[in-house]
Amino acid sequence: MFYREAGDFSSTYAEDQQTFPIKFDRYRYYVVLFIAVVVVPFMVNDYWVNSLLMPFLIYAIAAIGLNILVGYCGQVSLGTGGFMAVGAYACYKLMTSFPDVSMVIVVILAGLITAAVGVLFGLPSLRIKGFYLAVATLAAQFFLVWLFNRVPWFYNYSASGQISAPERTFFGVNITGASTEAWATYLFCLMFTIASAYIARNLTRGASGRKWMAIRDMDIAAEIIGVNPLRAKLTAFAVSSFFIGISGALFFAIYLGAVEVGEAFGITKSFLVLFMIIIGGLGSIFGSFAGAAFLVLLPVVLKVVGVDWLGWPTDIVAHLQLVIVGALIIIFLIAEPHGIAQLWRVAKEKLRLWPFPH
Amino acid sequence: MNEQLAYTIEVFANGLMAGVLYALVALGFVLIYKASGIFNYAQGVMALFAAMTLVGIQNGQVPFSNLINAIFGTDVQHFGWEVHSFLAIALTVVVMIALAWMVQKFVFKHLVGQEPIILFMATIGLAYFLEGVADLMWGSEIKSLNVCITGATCLPQGMNVWLEGTTYEALGYGFFIDNLDIVASIVAAFLVMGLVMFAQYTKQGRAMRAVADDHQAALSVGVSLNFIWILVWSLAGFVALVAGIMWGAKSGVQFSLSLIALKALPVLMLGGFTSIPGAIVGGLIIGVGEKLFEFLIGAPFLGGATENWFAYMLALLFLVFRPQGLFGEKIIERV
Repeated sequence: MFYREAGDFSSTYAEDQQTFPIKFDRYRYYVVLFIAVVVVPFMVNDYWVNSLLMPFLIYAIAAIGLNILVGYCGQVSLGTGGFMAVGAYACYKLMTSFPDVSMVIVVILAGLITAAVGVLFGLPSLRIKGFYLAVATLAAQFFLVWLFNRVPWFYNYSASGQISAPERTFFGVNITGASTEAWATYLFCLMFTIASAYIARNLTRGASGRKWMAIRDMDIAAEIIGVNPLRAKLTAFAVSSFFIGISGALFFAIYLGAVEVGEAFGITKSFLVLFMIIIGGLGSIFGSFAGAAFLVLLPVVLKVVGVDWLGWPTDIVAHLQLVIVGALIIIFLIAEPHGIAQLWRVAKEKLRLWPFPH
Repeated sequence: MNEQLAYTIEVFANGLMAGVLYALVALGFVLIYKASGIFNYAQGVMALFAAMTLVGIQNGQVPFSNLINAIFGTDVQHFGWEVHSFLAIALTVVVMIALAWMVQKFVFKHLVGQEPIILFMATIGLAYFLEGVADLMWGSEIKSLNVCITGATCLPQGMNVWLEGTTYEALGYGFFIDNLDIVASIVAAFLVMGLVMFAQYTKQGRAMRAVADDHQAALSVGVSLNFIWILVWSLAGFVALVAGIMWGAKSGVQFSLSLIALKALPVLMLGGFTSIPGAIVGGLIIGVGEKLFEFLIGAPFLGGATENWFAYMLALLFLVFRPQGLFGEKIIERV
């Protein structure tokens, strides 16, 4: 449906093409940004940041990255965990080798390194597609995790094989290491999340995004109308891995602080992020946020309801969570393949006309 | 005989045996893929589910006992009986058929005509669901599985003493091969023969092949797609059960079973998704390849544990040169 409002006139092309064409949406977006940046940091404590807000922000970046690859370009990847590990280890090596470089630059460089690795593992996508490619990306997942486990150079020959983030500051405030404030880490992640969403949104609605979508819808036809599949696919892999690398770096340096690669970046992580974009909505930036929020919230809610209220053992709740997530994936694929984002869209359209839909 | 060479041959033989087990899982994939175009990621979890169900029934465990206990505050664990292996296997087959019916009825019936990649993601969801259900039903602790024919004659454990003795006398070096692996190979051979016979000589088998060839044409001559799909999922469930028994008897019934089954994916890429002989040959190549690579290159030079990724990398390299696999049908694309 054409999502516009009567009386909301655009007099330039830029106005017509903006992300939030309806005034109300635009102002709501500013309000949300304002609350997230100005209000929330004063209200949060460690529990809120560590169990909800920070995982949400970091997974949202990863989901945006994967969504560009899967949702926009149609190349299914099961290697997300491996690419997050690349980001984390690149971040660690840069942090320890260049202690004076700002964390922002370190995280961005980690993203760029991951992008390069992503392009390398994206090369087979030129020959193979569909689930062949999905299995090929499993190679990336297992190989990268093995590499970080077995080559001591990556974890600076530490005895435990773990990597742990040294203390770094940003504008004089600790953001990594043991003594961090909840609001500081939250704001640092929020900065990257907003920037990622902004970049991703503008990439996907521009020329490159249209090329990706052409490849997704039918690659041969896209090639015939002049889209270079080599460039389109590899840029999708690069951009996607860039975001995933950033999220991996933040996940390690800011969120966890110390990481064991097989545990933190195993294949379950790949599936988790894939599930986020299926439930949230394939091919939608908002969907990446919605999916990340949903799957971060679900275990917390289940734990509160199952363990704290009903007093069930934790392992049963964990198994129940598997059942629920699996069932939700199937239900969403059957009933609403475009996920929560589509539900939200439909709800918005209905509400605009409510209560007189005719 | 040269010690190093003898070692290599032993590793080769063990790789062959491991390959047989990979091939067993891969067979289930091929069956479903041929008939319905669904790439069933959940095959590995089905093997886990089947093995857990078998153990649970054998030991007379109450299904969902932990959940029941948690909800009602009761303390039920066991029915207090042990079920004979054959009966337990039969019951597990019934469970797998019921599962096939439910999967068809509640999931894939609603996804007919969707893109293959959507179906693939649905099977990932199914895998999570099944894993959760299996854990809820039977508990997630590691279980040992032993299938016994009569009181004392069970699936053999340990290495084959006879083989070691004879080879030692003949060649001066005793080969070390698991009894269980030998049994698994024999069972796999029979299973494949059975499946081929079923597909070639029975009415349902012929209908199955017709569906695999062309859905619409099969439908127009009166083959019930729904029935065939349930049949195929049941067969895949049965193959999963066999694979689950073999893996389970070898290394215990636990979650890693479903991860091992992931290895069947590169097997398929190597052998081609549509070919039963391809699954077997691919399985053997992967099994031998990863054991030899680990033995000759991985352990001495790369720090070991290369088995985790070797199969995938091999498949990846292979795909770049031959995207349809060794025995797959040529992929033709039209706009």
